Amino acid sequence: MTREEIIKPENLVYGKTKVLTDNIMHYCPGCSHGVIHKIIAEVIEEMGIQDQTVGVAPVGCSVFAYNYIDVDFQEAAHGRAPALATAIKRLMPDKYVFTYQGDGDLAAIGTAETVHACNRGENIVIFFVNNGIYGMTGGQMAPTTLEGMKTATCPYGRNTDLYGFPLRISELLERVDGTCYITRQSVHKVANILKAKKAIRKAFENSMAGKGTSVIEFVSACNTGWKMTPIKANEWMEEHMFAKYPLGDIKDTEKKHYVENNINAR
Amino acid sequence: MKEEARLMKGNEAFAHAAIRCGADGYFGYPITPQSEVMETLQILKPWETTGMVVLQAESEVSAINMVYAGASCGKMVLTSSSSPGVSLKQEGISYIAAGELPCLILNCMRGGPGLGTIQPSQADYFQSVKGGGHGDYHMIVLAPCSVQEMADFPSLAFELAFKYRNPVLMLTDGVVGQMMEKVVLPEQKPRRTMEEVVKQCPWATTGRMGRGNSNVMTTLELVPEKMEDRNTLLQKKYKLIEENEVRVEEYHLDDAEYAMVAFGSTARICKSACEILRAEGIKVGVLRPITLFPFPKKQISDLAKKVKGFLTVEMSAGQMVEDVRLVVNGAKPVEFYGRQGGMIPTAEEIAESFKAQLLKK
Ligand SMILES: Cc1ncc(C[n+]2csc(CCOP(=O)(O)OP(=O)(O)O)c2C)c(N)n1
Ligand code: SF4
Ligand SMILES: [Mg+2]
Repeated sequence: MTREEIIKPENLVYGKTKVLTDNIMHYCPGCSHGVIHKIIAEVIEEMGIQDQTVGVAPVGCSVFAYNYIDVDFQEAAHGRAPALATAIKRLMPDKYVFTYQGDGDLAAIGTAETVHACNRGENIVIFFVNNGIYGMTGGQMAPTTLEGMKTATCPYGRNTDLYGFPLRISELLERVDGTCYITRQSVHKVANILKAKKAIRKAFENSMAGKGTSVIEFVSACNTGWKMTPIKANEWMEEHMFAKYPLGDIKDTEKKHYVENNINAR
Repeated sequence: MKEEARLMKGNEAFAHAAIRCGADGYFGYPITPQSEVMETLQILKPWETTGMVVLQAESEVSAINMVYAGASCGKMVLTSSSSPGVSLKQEGISYIAAGELPCLILNCMRGGPGLGTIQPSQADYFQSVKGGGHGDYHMIVLAPCSVQEMADFPSLAFELAFKYRNPVLMLTDGVVGQMMEKVVLPEQKPRRTMEEVVKQCPWATTGRMGRGNSNVMTTLELVPEKMEDRNTLLQKKYKLIEENEVRVEEYHLDDAEYAMVAFGSTARICKSACEILRAEGIKVGVLRPITLFPFPKKQISDLAKKVKGFLTVEMSAGQMVEDVRLVVNGAKPVEFYGRQGGMIPTAEEIAESFKAQLLKK
């Protein structure tokens, strides 16, 4: 068989979604960000919503998310993505609006924006990449850093007497009445990727159904920040991260109070 | 047909005007002395009439970032606050300026530093005209001095904001925000349709809407050569604004031998001081910069050729006076009189200070 005979549409078993650009990703090999980008882009294509979606990128390793996921995008200041998404959705309620944020962005500097967007039940989707560390700035401690875990700013291991405890923000947001769907996923194995894709679709659907805020936490590996090989990082994640941040749905309900004010404004 | 004059506060007039100029969204956080802005908007419920969104955010930080996002969608959006809140907005304002985003910000100044006082002040002049946030940028700064201007300027502000793709700050103080005066409100303009928004702002992140490519609003540029180019373009734009958009009010300057320079409510008190001095036969006029950026450099340097001296009056320790001195450049004496911490100067005080400093009486 020649090359030409093989490359035919009917032989196609897998293709890159057109919602992902051809730009070469800057992520470290083994990083979860790239996989998460890919499955978000795939769901956007499958739902046929590329032209009706606006994304909000964070400050963190995924600051250039807009170079890869091919939808209209806004780059937020560090932590402010949920405030941006709030305004976008309120001003254009017929759009799908999502934020993509790391744990430093969402659970440290942007905690207020996160909690209040969720509390208002903004009809947005929050993708939350929890890798337990500040990847972009060189591996400093995050609120999510595990007890005893070594980082550049807790080189002897996170001491909870000094630095507090790993923050389980998804459990916190579960108590907030404006959220409708909170789930913790991972993308380190094919089965997990397939589950995560279902969650992404459901979250987008919730946002257009006006059910409230959906949050998908991806427990992720930052092999560079953790100073491990990609394989070791995934093993370490399963053993240690999943113990503190167990996978699965945390909340799946209609939000309690509909936001009446402004929701139909165009 | 023009509407009848109504009696209301500057802050209330501003809220009415925001709706009437066709704004799409307001995002704010309460703080004295400007809380009437959001209160009035909530009473007027524009989401039921024009479709304008009104949202009380969890902080000024969040509110200004909502403005950044709304402006990035090509929408006509605004926020209002007072000094401590405007300090919190500086990060967002820097991003908005960098993104070249049109929007309106009202600062109804109160006395600082710190939590300060809820009484009026003009001590945020430096913050407003010199930057405030990080990086080299300018807002267009309009300084209303009456309730009527609080009603008239939002429309002008948005016109300039969209013309230059630049944030516009209305810099006023607790006096103008709180006092009640007669005002004729502007006519209701329709909000732009989505089609009009896309046409006016082809760069807006509205969702691709069949565009065939994605729009991105970002202020990040890691390649220094490209970042310098971006900065150079910004500076070119500011130059153009300086050439074309200076606005002043002149009061009794035709035959003036001395000039007072003051903005906002202080300019009105200076007019009264001017009357006191003229009654004594001293020919004084008032130059009121309406735009603080662009600063009326030409008007002041022309005046410097004519008058014997200047008195700059501000409710601060002396901020705008530095810009007046820069322009006058030693050609004539430029003196200063100010009150601080929420104290408002009286016309008599100003007249006395004028005589003491410029006539050595
Ligand atoms: C106001 C502000 N403070 C600090 C920074 C520096 N900074 C950039 S990214 C980052 C942390 C990112 O960590 P995270 O959100 O966990 O993302 P990751 O890189 O791990 O994906 C910090 C502190 C900044 N850009 N802006
Ligand atoms: S530093 Fe960590 S989060 Fe950033 S790209 Fe590398 S592996 Fe990913
Ligand atoms: Mg992180």
